[in-house]
Amino acid sequence: MRDVIVIGAGPAGLAGAISCAANGLLVTVLDEFMKPGGRLLGQLHQEPSGEWWNGIKEAERLHQEANKLAVDIRCGISVYNLEQEGHHWHVHTNTGRLTARFVLVATGAAEYPIPVPGWTLPGVMSIGAAQVMTNVHRVQVGKKGIIIGANILAFAILNELQLAGINIDRIVLPEKTPISGKAAEPEEIMKSLLQAAHLAPSPLLRFGGRFMKHDWIRKLGLTFFPKNGVKVNGTPLQLRKAAVEIIGKDQVEGVRVADTDVNGMIIPGSETIYEADFVCIAGGLYPLAELAAVAGCPFQYVPELGGHVPCHSEIMETPLEGLFVAGNITGIESGKIAMAQGNVAGLSIAKQAGKGTGTIDQQLQQAVQNIRNVRQNAAIQFNPEIDKGRKKMKELWKEHYAKGDEKFHKIG
Amino acid sequence: MSRILDHPVFGKIHERELVSFQFDEKTYQAYKDETIAAALLANGVRKLRVHEESGTPRGIYCNIGHCMECRVTVNGQANTRACLTVVEQGMIVESGKQLPNIIKRMVEQR
Repeated sequence: MRDVIVIGAGPAGLAGAISCAANGLLVTVLDEFMKPGGRLLGQLHQEPSGEWWNGIKEAERLHQEANKLAVDIRCGISVYNLEQEGHHWHVHTNTGRLTARFVLVATGAAEYPIPVPGWTLPGVMSIGAAQVMTNVHRVQVGKKGIIIGANILAFAILNELQLAGINIDRIVLPEKTPISGKAAEPEEIMKSLLQAAHLAPSPLLRFGGRFMKHDWIRKLGLTFFPKNGVKVNGTPLQLRKAAVEIIGKDQVEGVRVADTDVNGMIIPGSETIYEADFVCIAGGLYPLAELAAVAGCPFQYVPELGGHVPCHSEIMETPLEGLFVAGNITGIESGKIAMAQGNVAGLSIAKQAGKGTGTIDQQLQQAVQNIRNVRQNAAIQFNPEIDKGRKKMKELWKEHYAKGDEKFHKIG
Repeated sequence: MSRILDHPVFGKIHERELVSFQFDEKTYQAYKDETIAAALLANGVRKLRVHEESGTPRGIYCNIGHCMECRVTVNGQANTRACLTVVEQGMIVESGKQLPNIIKRMVEQR
């Protein structure tokens, strides 16, 4: 019988499967997508060193390594429930039930939608959908597109779309509503872009980053923010324009856009229609954690990690026996971090299974340290306060779940 | 839409085997191993269904299986995600149709 079931064949799941299998455990990896790699597939950016980070190649490398270790990878399989029975976990899939002592949930992230009137029209898609269509399926998403929402993910994918010859006409913000929240606040967007100023996609923002530390200067910057926006790789980023409605009969024909004041409030009478045949909504990422929830794992809301995350330790255990997590389900970070976390989870499982050599504790410690090193050297940080989020979870674990603690309560 | 056959970093796409399938009784060509959603978009089809209640048009949204917006009927199996289902030779794909909502109509007529 297999020892470990890994849910998700992305960077965290594959790395976890590899370190389990390298320690002599029998591993099955399940994934809904038709090929392994998860959201590594489609990632493409230039590192500060000038080298290309090609997610498809990274996925192939991990896949080959897993194959060498006889990891059983099954694609096109959906998992819909996890049930604990004694010392085992039952994993329910669309093709039947699998059982193992250990489960690693590495389901990654999903995108926050920003509902804009007209967003159900064919041709409106999440920014990630455009990335997959372009870089994985190699099909053009359209002739002329508009991105609604400005964040790091949007800029990374903008660059990828441009590389593939796709024309993005402009980036605007969503209209300010109770749902769009901070994504519609020009000042919040400016602040988050400036926090990442060293990798800001525009010379103006890079330059501005040094001067705009004070609120009043930022406000001034927004007051005089060019009406036509600043160019990001040639595409105007328009922080003072908001998408009011996506229009079209049977598919996208354009976006109705209004000018806004420094607070994101619409200036009456300023509406214009920009033609487009596709629209990408960029709302950012949140941990895709439902399976940990149905398993009965306790959760904590940690905004710095991207939302509600399953409680977990530094070595990727959850409070439930035999249930482990790794990757974006624990907080939104890069694929490199996911791989480093997957490695930790794999070693952690091997240790609990009584596998590994006498140095397993040392290996685990090094692997945990490696996550920190990768984080420190990261070129892209989705949330600048990620360290704070990780610290919060570490303290929560210490307080409530650390071994030998009387306060431990099993939930679920 | 057309395909991205050449890419400055990924390189060229090599010749692939073609398969044909049907969408709403019309025949389309797809590459082997590609999804229904990708094949239809490459053939210029964005609209995959109408909303069951309102009848408004829908297409792909997330493209990776999370949102269920691209649900179609494949070889008689309803609610199949076009973005996760690989096209096969002779596959019969049907768009989602508007369904009667008898109870809502009854409530409206009261």
